[in-house]
Amino acid sequence: MTDKALPATEPTHAGGTHLAPRRYFLFALPALLLMAAVIISPWLFTLVMSVMEFKVGGAINFVGLGNFTKLASDSRFLESVGRTFWFTVLAVVFPIGLGTAAAVVFHRQFPFRGLLRTIFIMPMMATPVAVALVWTMMFHPQLGVLNYLLSLIGLAPFAWVYDPNTVIITLVLVEVWHWTPLVMLIVLGGMAALPTDPYDSATIDGASDWQMFRFITLPLILPYIMVAVVIRTIDALKVFDTIFVITQGGPGTASETLNIFLYLQAFQFYNLGYASAVVMVFFVIIVALSLLLLYMRQRLKWNAA
Amino acid sequence: MSNRIKSGGIWRNIGFGLSVFALVSPAILVFLWMISLSLKNELDNTAYPPVFIPNPPTFANYIEVFEKNNFLLYFWNSLLVTGGAVLIGLLVGVPAGYGIARSKAYRTAVMILIARMTPALSYLIPLFLLFQIVGLIGSIWALLITHLVITVPIIVWVMIGYFEGIPQELEDAAYVDGATLWQSFRYIALPLARPGMMVGAILAFIFSWNNFVFSVVLGGKNSRTLPSAVYNSLTFEQISWGPLAAAALLVTLPVILMTIAAQREIVAGLSAGGLKD
Repeated sequence: MTDKALPATEPTHAGGTHLAPRRYFLFALPALLLMAAVIISPWLFTLVMSVMEFKVGGAINFVGLGNFTKLASDSRFLESVGRTFWFTVLAVVFPIGLGTAAAVVFHRQFPFRGLLRTIFIMPMMATPVAVALVWTMMFHPQLGVLNYLLSLIGLAPFAWVYDPNTVIITLVLVEVWHWTPLVMLIVLGGMAALPTDPYDSATIDGASDWQMFRFITLPLILPYIMVAVVIRTIDALKVFDTIFVITQGGPGTASETLNIFLYLQAFQFYNLGYASAVVMVFFVIIVALSLLLLYMRQRLKWNAA
Repeated sequence: MSNRIKSGGIWRNIGFGLSVFALVSPAILVFLWMISLSLKNELDNTAYPPVFIPNPPTFANYIEVFEKNNFLLYFWNSLLVTGGAVLIGLLVGVPAGYGIARSKAYRTAVMILIARMTPALSYLIPLFLLFQIVGLIGSIWALLITHLVITVPIIVWVMIGYFEGIPQELEDAAYVDGATLWQSFRYIALPLARPGMMVGAILAFIFSWNNFVFSVVLGGKNSRTLPSAVYNSLTFEQISWGPLAAAALLVTLPVILMTIAAQREIVAGLSAGGLKD
């Protein structure tokens, strides 16, 4: 988006009929007003709430930055932030790697490609709650099908989500299952625009498949991979449905990520002021990380040019 | 680039086939297991070693879902909320995509992107209070309005991409003939953008249908959408595995069928139009 904002300042459709962009803007007005009503005004309200102490049913008091200083020393909150980052790193790296590999595979022509691609993207379309319920049954330590399958290949039963040490990695597994297809689609979209010439000359020069991927394909699709990284990062930071359904943040608080912590504060304990402060911190983290990734993407583009 | 598998290397073909198999098998396994659980009686579902193929398959679980729960009510709720949010999303989102694409107001588009970045729970605190004050908590309307947060950005985003692909020259010719801005939109751009509207509507429908957290917070006993209704029946009634798997399958079936029917549009929307670089 950022690179598109630049040409907008140049004279638009020169030579053609000149219609003031302002008039076109009227078309966007209803949507913008609606978005302002359901997104921006709640947002400003949250900003105000974040400096208040407000429990549902209790009085509203102005506490200044009190909520934020309280957060800074709330170990449960700080742990959830660390856990969220760890979860995000894993839930970005694995889908990006697998999704890129899948895009390379689905870029080729082979029998039943359309059907197999549809099956491959089904996990990202399936209702997360429905799938999370099935995962819960599959993770069951005694009766779950996964431990049975492990026993078939001679492995000891795994604790999955029932052990604080393995719960995060297990939830990452579910996340990878869900969202690798999205990465595949984004990268596949990038590969559709690949030029053919470099491959022809590389084939003549006797390059191997791996060399062609590493030195031709990868640099060209890197911008798309970065888009996927940004989207994946944002989504992984916000993950809620699967964790909430499978573990509710447990065992103990072992899988309590920022979003789960936020939910519990707001709608379990009804500390709405405190929860609003969490929203602020959460949003700053998301925006900062997205900007950092977009900046890195810009740098990569310059290097490639 | 050689898009086709080179003839000859049979081992390469086998290796390629195995990698395709490895890629699709996790999806197949989870869905097959879901179907298997939903068609077995409770004895088979809790057997060890697990029974893989229902023998004989039973529909008792599905019958139980419809008999013991208000499944049809929640299905109707989901349909109202998602259908309404997609319709309103199209109504405001399609013109918005046109306006943004033609005036090249990409900064506005970034605002819409921010809507996608914000965690849904952050709108929910103020909306929860607001709906409580105006007495809409536990009503379908509260959910429908909130679901616009999902549908409008998706539709606007897809439509920007589509309208950009429609050449300005067509409309310029209409202006020369004296058409107004609205006429040019209504009679030239809009008919050409119909495929884009399909893509936007399908994606908006799927993501709205799948949404869980809005209904958990704002839904009342009778206004819940399907995903949170199924989750609640799990926690409050300690329902057994078979009916739960059947319910889960029924919840996700509409979007799965839609994915199969519209896979071309979905792939196009998500890989190009929806996430333009």
